[in-house]
Amino acid sequence: MSFVDRINSALRSVPVWVLYVAGAVWPAWLLYLAATGSMGAEPVKALEHELGRLALKALILGLCVTPLRAVVGINLIRFRRAIGVLTFYFVSAHLLVWLVLDVQILSEIWKDILKRPYITVGMGAFLLMVPLAITSNNWSVRKLGPTWRKLHRLVYPAVLLGGVHFIMVGKTWEIDALIYMVVIAMLLGWRIWQAYKKRKRRAQSTTSVSRATT
Amino acid sequence: MAYTIKLKYSDVTPRADYMNRRQLMGGAVGLATGLALGPALGASKYSADLDPTALEDISSYNNFYEFGTGKGDPASHAHKLTVDPWSVEIDGMVERPGSYGLEDILKKVTQEERIYRFRCVETWSMVVPWVGFELNQLLNMAGVQGGAKYVAFQTLFRPEEMPGQKTVNLEWPYREGLRLDEAMHPLTIMATGIYDEPMPKQNGAPLRLVVPWKYGYKSIKSIVRVTLTDKEPQTTWNMLQPNEYGFYSNVNPEVSHPRWSQAYEKPIGGGLFAKRQETLKFNGYEEEVASLYDGMDLVVNH
Repeated sequence: MSFVDRINSALRSVPVWVLYVAGAVWPAWLLYLAATGSMGAEPVKALEHELGRLALKALILGLCVTPLRAVVGINLIRFRRAIGVLTFYFVSAHLLVWLVLDVQILSEIWKDILKRPYITVGMGAFLLMVPLAITSNNWSVRKLGPTWRKLHRLVYPAVLLGGVHFIMVGKTWEIDALIYMVVIAMLLGWRIWQAYKKRKRRAQSTTSVSRATT
Repeated sequence: MAYTIKLKYSDVTPRADYMNRRQLMGGAVGLATGLALGPALGASKYSADLDPTALEDISSYNNFYEFGTGKGDPASHAHKLTVDPWSVEIDGMVERPGSYGLEDILKKVTQEERIYRFRCVETWSMVVPWVGFELNQLLNMAGVQGGAKYVAFQTLFRPEEMPGQKTVNLEWPYREGLRLDEAMHPLTIMATGIYDEPMPKQNGAPLRLVVPWKYGYKSIKSIVRVTLTDKEPQTTWNMLQPNEYGFYSNVNPEVSHPRWSQAYEKPIGGGLFAKRQETLKFNGYEEEVASLYDGMDLVVNH
């Protein structure tokens, strides 16, 4: 049995609910650390930033599922919905900490959303993810049919906005925000490349078909 | 002639006295400068009547990009910094330019405690019990020439001890500047300590500026050069983003940073549920300093 096969069979033995439970507990654990003084002198910002990075990591992991299967052969498809749903949960927690613990004042929240581009960009990413979270169930997949796949391509602009949001928060060009952006660009770039290859193949096959008929 | 010891047993300082003095002088011994703070260290009329932030918070939550951009980076990396010996080059439009040893400077100035509000441009704030001396004492030591209008400052550039100078995207060395009247103002101090400790390295040891009515980045750390000039000096953050960081950088709740509001601030040390509080104009020093800016548009000159 090859190395990839061994990984895949090990992954098959992990029930999906394990991922849900681990993902659900993680932000709660961070909240506990922040509340008990393990996150430094300014726990609110520390917690907020940690949750934001966690959400971006989960988004990136979700985008890794397809290329991992296509290029390496590792199959994470069983976990993809859980990764997506947890991503939305992490983003919501990040947003809640910002609203309730950080900004606190309602009028300031509105002003920030409308006047501060990095907040606007972050809110945009969040809003793009709302329909994805709502339709992450079997009923929606059946009901929407092919539209479901199209709808869930919203994750591409969402992750891009998330990466831009992270870069814009920094006072200087922060190296870790740039690394996230490079990874995001590679994952989206791979998809563009795949789509280009597919189109080229289709174009070739249609010309060969038309040649055959003449 | 036989060697005699002139000191008598009665000359030995009683233990209680030196313990007391040691407490007052704090770790100043480490600086080996003999800061004669002594009992003169009373409450200054310029001190704010506020509870200071804990030393642990003041010395663990820092912006000192010479050591990295993370808030904990300075506390993790600043131990590598050599602060003894230390001297300050004072040049430009002064009567007595030259290299001034820190020990010599401290022998000629009067140090006292100043409890100041400290407001970072990132909307967090602290109350810091600085120990230091008024900058005007140092400037008078060097003798300011008539035509001087500004004071420029520079931080040490030593990448082998300051790793951020190799990695962080700012133009080094860090520089800051004040108008001469701001520099001569009695609120403007050169600080050498916090509480009764010598200045922690992550807070800008051994000598840093503190201008309490301006955003924190104006209060340049680990100063090695002071230049008197007649032209507005370059300042690091202004060079990076002039629309976000003006030369004056007075704390002002009415002028937003382009990326965030400055109307409120978060006091450090309040934990997860600390309430935001309203930011005060000139960081609460309006009465003392507002007249410096009479007739100036504080939005244009932000």
